[in-house]
Amino acid sequence: MAWQWFHRLGSPRWFYEKTTAWMPWLAALSIALLLTGAVWGLAFAPADFKQGNSYRIIYIHVPAAFLALAGYYIMAISGAVGLIWKMKLPFMVMKSAAPIGALLTFVSLVTGSIWGKPTWGTWWEWDARITSMLILFFLYLGMIALQQAFTHRDTSDKASAVLALVGMVNIPIIYKSVDWWNTLHQPATIKFTSKSTIDPSMLYPLLIMVIGFYAFYALVLLLNTRVEILRRESRTQWVSDLISATNKRA
Amino acid sequence: MTDSVTKVKIPLLELRKLGCERDERLLFAELDLQLYPGDVVQIGGPNGAGKTTLLRALAGISTDYLGQILYADQRLPEAAWEFAGDSLYLGHLPGIKKALTPAENLAWYQAQSGAAIAVNDALAAVGLYGYEDTPCYQLSAGQLRRVALARLHLSRARIWILDEPFTAIDKLGVSQLETLIAQQSAKGGVVILTSHQDLTLPQLRMVNLQDYQPARAGDKTNDDLGGLTSDGAYHG
Amino acid sequence: MADQYPAVSLWGGFIASFRRDMLIAARHKAELTNPLVFFLIAVTLIPLGVSPEKSVLALLAPGIVWVMALLATLLSLDGLFRSDYDDGSLEQMLISPQSLYFTVMAKVLVHWLVSGLPVTLLAPLLGLMLSLPGEGYLPLLASLALGTASMSLIGAVGAALTVSLRKGGLLLSLIVMPLYIPVLIFGASAVQSAVQGGAVGMQLAVLGAFLALAIVLAPIAALGALRISTNG
Repeated sequence: MAWQWFHRLGSPRWFYEKTTAWMPWLAALSIALLLTGAVWGLAFAPADFKQGNSYRIIYIHVPAAFLALAGYYIMAISGAVGLIWKMKLPFMVMKSAAPIGALLTFVSLVTGSIWGKPTWGTWWEWDARITSMLILFFLYLGMIALQQAFTHRDTSDKASAVLALVGMVNIPIIYKSVDWWNTLHQPATIKFTSKSTIDPSMLYPLLIMVIGFYAFYALVLLLNTRVEILRRESRTQWVSDLISATNKRA
Repeated sequence: MTDSVTKVKIPLLELRKLGCERDERLLFAELDLQLYPGDVVQIGGPNGAGKTTLLRALAGISTDYLGQILYADQRLPEAAWEFAGDSLYLGHLPGIKKALTPAENLAWYQAQSGAAIAVNDALAAVGLYGYEDTPCYQLSAGQLRRVALARLHLSRARIWILDEPFTAIDKLGVSQLETLIAQQSAKGGVVILTSHQDLTLPQLRMVNLQDYQPARAGDKTNDDLGGLTSDGAYHG
Repeated sequence: MADQYPAVSLWGGFIASFRRDMLIAARHKAELTNPLVFFLIAVTLIPLGVSPEKSVLALLAPGIVWVMALLATLLSLDGLFRSDYDDGSLEQMLISPQSLYFTVMAKVLVHWLVSGLPVTLLAPLLGLMLSLPGEGYLPLLASLALGTASMSLIGAVGAALTVSLRKGGLLLSLIVMPLYIPVLIFGASAVQSAVQGGAVGMQLAVLGAFLALAIVLAPIAALGALRISTNG
């Protein structure tokens, strides 16, 4: 029974039809969370005694950085599932995840740089976490470049899945190496298990923002994947039926 | 197709409901074929029918196919190693290093998959006596092809998968190769080949891939055949 | 039935592939010297572009030599599987009863012997040109020997992924370079640390660990990538 469910999950059509109902809920949830987090973080959370109001950029920077890294793992794991069980849907998820991840990495780099100006007095600092983020950005760019280089879609999917897996194995090594290379950086400020060094009044909106970003990420990933499904399945009967049904309604 | 005597034997190679897809287009499907020792099968069909795709799937280069391939009653991806030791594939590309001599090229194949006879004897058998130590970049296209064909003499494999083996070789070469295929069949081997040449082998069977093209929806062109299997997972 | 199977050994197959690639490399001598000439010219550009001042050069030397060695290895990667793909040997390797792991290992070993090793051996000369202090030479040799081997292995994955692409060269560099960063960090740091009178054991141990990890994992990823590339 479990297998049947698993294989049905591999069917793009089943996935498309199932997720149609989720979309409005997911959209509402992510907007609500992001709005709450942003208003709380920007308007109600206290100012930092050292950095003043400029620290508030962490409400974008930190969630973006979280998702940038998590997005790579989501991409790589989708690719692995596609390779192992020879399913098409995970490859579509993988392909959709790459540009979102790259964009989030870019957002986290830009916000990091903007934050760095008042904090360190420079737009670019070879700080370990920013450098790691930059390398992650390169990994995403390589992934996208490889995906686009192939004309044969199957080869493109599988080759980029292998690259994503190699990247996934390498990311911890790269992070540790860069960490070791540069120990002159702020210590990681958010720890869920041990004692947090950030004040709760600042932390709660941040947590809401992180969850909101996760929900928003899921929403965009689903949207992208659904578009990819339609593009790849455009020749099938069910997509034609869907289009004619939509046209009739309009 | 097969009489009652051979039917009880296990086919050396069996294709069950085989289908191949390329770029979301189903080239052929539901291909059932049993190859018993001694069988020679010529795969026919127009350009783009999937002849090369089929041979590459049989050889084990590609594993993206629907249905099953069985080697001596074992499913293929699992029995790939045993199959690799008992099969020989010659594709469009000769697989010959131009920087090396014919003897050096064959020595590598010998170390990879063993040999029935000496390298020089294999080269002599394809009319390359005296060319053993000439670098392959000095050989003509036909001679290069013969170096690749020398592997047929060298190998002990029972299953030969030959993609257009007659290209670039002269008349004499063609008749020699036909004899070689007949000998392989007589030894209890199996030969699957594609060719535009009309072969005169008595034991030859023809399989036309056009007969296995998936049912056309209406009167559409080949390009519109796609997506017939795209609902769901592959079953590799 | 068992006597039908070829009497070939794993080791014999490895040796045959190694011999074959060495022979091919020996017959393309010009291609052998290209990474070395690149290495030499690129390093020469630094004093011309930055400063011939000995103190400046000595400061930069460990990093420069390492970065240039990285680029020299990268440049020679594109050919690793390309000719095998073009002449059909690659598909024969995939379906041979030999373990593809060892065939890939043999090819990578040859690649290292004809690119990484010569670059390593040439490095002290370039260190001399960049007035690298005396303590740096031995760590330079050791770190480059370990590091270029890791880079050949990691690069093999990239070469396998891009082998079917006509213009794969630049893309190959793009996807492989980020993966080289840990090797570069520890390699250059070993030399730097030695020049400053520090210990190098830790860096070399880490480089050794990278190499061990790469030997186990990289050929597996590379052979998977080769199967995918030949499928298309």
